[in-house]
Amino acid sequence: MKYIKEFRDGESARHIAANIAAEVHPDTAYNFMEFCGGHTHAISRYGIADMLPPNVRMIHGPGCPVCVLPIGRVDLAISLALDRGVILCTYGDTMRVPASNGLSLIKAKARGADVRMVYSAHDALKLAKQHPEREVVFFAIGFETTTPPTALVLRDAKARGLNNFSVLCCHVLTPAAITHILASSEAREIGTVPLDGFIGPAHVSIVIGSQPYVPFAQTYHKPVVITGFEPLDVMQGILMLVRQVNSGRAEVENEFSRVVTPGGNVTAQTIMAEVFELRESFEWRGLGEVPVSALQIRQEFADWDAERKFDLHYASVPDHKQCECGAILRGVKRPADCKLFGTVCTPESPMGSCMVSNEGACAAHYSYGRFRIVAHADK
Amino acid sequence: MSTPKNYLRPIDFKHGHIDMTHGAGGRAAAQLINELFAKAFDNDYLRQGHDGALLPLPAAGQLVMATDGHVISPLFFPGGDIGCLSVHGTINDVAMSGAKPLYLAASFIIEEGFALAELKRIVESMAAAAREAGVPVVTGDTKVVEKGKGDGVFISTTGIGVAPPGLCIDGRQAKEGDVILVSGTLGDHGVAVMSLRESLAFETAIESDTAALHTLVQALLQALPDTHTLHVLRDPTRGGLATTLNEIARQSQVGMVLEESAIPVLPQVAAACELLGLDPLYVANEGKLIAICAPEVADQLLAAMRAHPLGQNAQRIGTVIEDSHCFVQMNTTFGGRRVVDWLSGEQLPRIC
Repeated sequence: MKYIKEFRDGESARHIAANIAAEVHPDTAYNFMEFCGGHTHAISRYGIADMLPPNVRMIHGPGCPVCVLPIGRVDLAISLALDRGVILCTYGDTMRVPASNGLSLIKAKARGADVRMVYSAHDALKLAKQHPEREVVFFAIGFETTTPPTALVLRDAKARGLNNFSVLCCHVLTPAAITHILASSEAREIGTVPLDGFIGPAHVSIVIGSQPYVPFAQTYHKPVVITGFEPLDVMQGILMLVRQVNSGRAEVENEFSRVVTPGGNVTAQTIMAEVFELRESFEWRGLGEVPVSALQIRQEFADWDAERKFDLHYASVPDHKQCECGAILRGVKRPADCKLFGTVCTPESPMGSCMVSNEGACAAHYSYGRFRIVAHADK
Repeated sequence: MSTPKNYLRPIDFKHGHIDMTHGAGGRAAAQLINELFAKAFDNDYLRQGHDGALLPLPAAGQLVMATDGHVISPLFFPGGDIGCLSVHGTINDVAMSGAKPLYLAASFIIEEGFALAELKRIVESMAAAAREAGVPVVTGDTKVVEKGKGDGVFISTTGIGVAPPGLCIDGRQAKEGDVILVSGTLGDHGVAVMSLRESLAFETAIESDTAALHTLVQALLQALPDTHTLHVLRDPTRGGLATTLNEIARQSQVGMVLEESAIPVLPQVAAACELLGLDPLYVANEGKLIAICAPEVADQLLAAMRAHPLGQNAQRIGTVIEDSHCFVQMNTTFGGRRVVDWLSGEQLPRIC
């Protein structure tokens, strides 16, 4: 496969791994957070952790869209589908997110709700055109990567006067979340969250550019390397972070320069700004309320905003008491530190959101890395 | 079954539809059986016209029986349809014990309103598959359910076969040191079906691999001086290679290590999986088998696979190791190692 195989080449990987091994200082600990679920998935799927020296540790961040979706938001979607009789469309992973009363969208579907998995926002709009007699709601989740397509369908729906279509908007913003992690009390208390640098988002950065990361790299003195999702990208990104740490730099560097520019995709940004505005505050699963960290639909598009159209009111729902997703998402704990991990919480019956998507820290660890703990325990 | 000719107006297979009378056991049902099923599947046993087929006992050996329900959507897909799939699926289940499949039974659950033209196409495809495999459909049943209570047609098939006396091929026999072979490229069926789903209309040249594997199994057995060196045969259908190997690892209480670079996947299947976020190791196959054998016969077995038309792309993909945790692990082409876990949830619903 052209342009894919090249970025998964084992020999180049061994070459970069040798460079990392040669350049790390044996007495220094390198704790890097990869923000995106896409990176978490690549690290697990290709066994990258195996190829790093023991003092380079990767911490899985909160950049998995379904992982940070709070229970209360999924409850809203379920109530629309079960009680209001709408056709509820959403991306595949969202279907399994555990919500209140032991429900999830997939379980609501089994109880008669009309829930459809779509591969794009446009497919949801198509359904609305095909079923003029039904209300169709697109449950829109994700970071800046999935936001422009949602903005496009909202604009399209308004232009066509498609009144049976609306969007339940749960789009969130990356820079706000990273800043929140760094500004948390744990991070300020030196030594509790040892973060020495960030593998910066890949696809998100295509949209927003590399510029938005500069302020917090400077404020918090943490290096950021914007890195692609292919395994060689990740290896190279880690090497660049090691070099920044070794030379005491805290800059925003761009490994993913084949698509990411400083300014990002201005067309996409313009469309987003036309349709969405900042939300005062949004609850993230695991992080809690984070000010100005999410988007809401502008007044001009109110008729296509499911929250206004169906008069929905958000109610926060706490996670399972023993669930450590919050601490795991902030990098304070590892999946195996959670009492529920691998026992009552598995990919088949997830208790917490990190176990739902294969981009989630817990699911990735359970599916791909579990054998290492077992092997370690056996020794 | 001797409805006189010209007594009833022939069924309109071009424009007609199934209605409730076709399942009611009356004249309409008898006519459908005569004009469609009996004609397509025609053989001596079916001509007996009994409720059950009277079959001769095999001279020696062990009887093997398997059953499989087919609910695939869409009913027609590149490379096949629910008809031939329902024949291949059950023949393969019988063959994976090392048995020679002898007879099939078929049960149809048809939804009211289903087009007779489509039913005819399915039944004829099924009959062609059975004839080609040399395994007759000797008995059957037809039921009709009200509109909205089914989805076109569901087909259950049951197969009976005979395995040589003493032959013992099953999922509990994998041993430390054994070699894992696969008979060809993985994921073709699942991706071919996905390519047709309404919301995923991408153009693709991928065809389902649906095929009857019993002749390949016989060729493998004949290639071995001692058939006890072949320990496990399994067709990796739902859940794909990954799930099937995990099942075997658990049954045999062993671990496995795969080499990603040796696992055959067509470039177009790999590309489609990239787009859809699927892992080809978890995508269904309908014409591939996994063989686990003693290391000393692995080369012989691989050569026998490759000499058969259905095993040309066969590969040696891994080995069985001792592991009380029964992990299936894989050395990635990238240079790391990871677990290849059970499929969790539903990757692709209703693909067989």
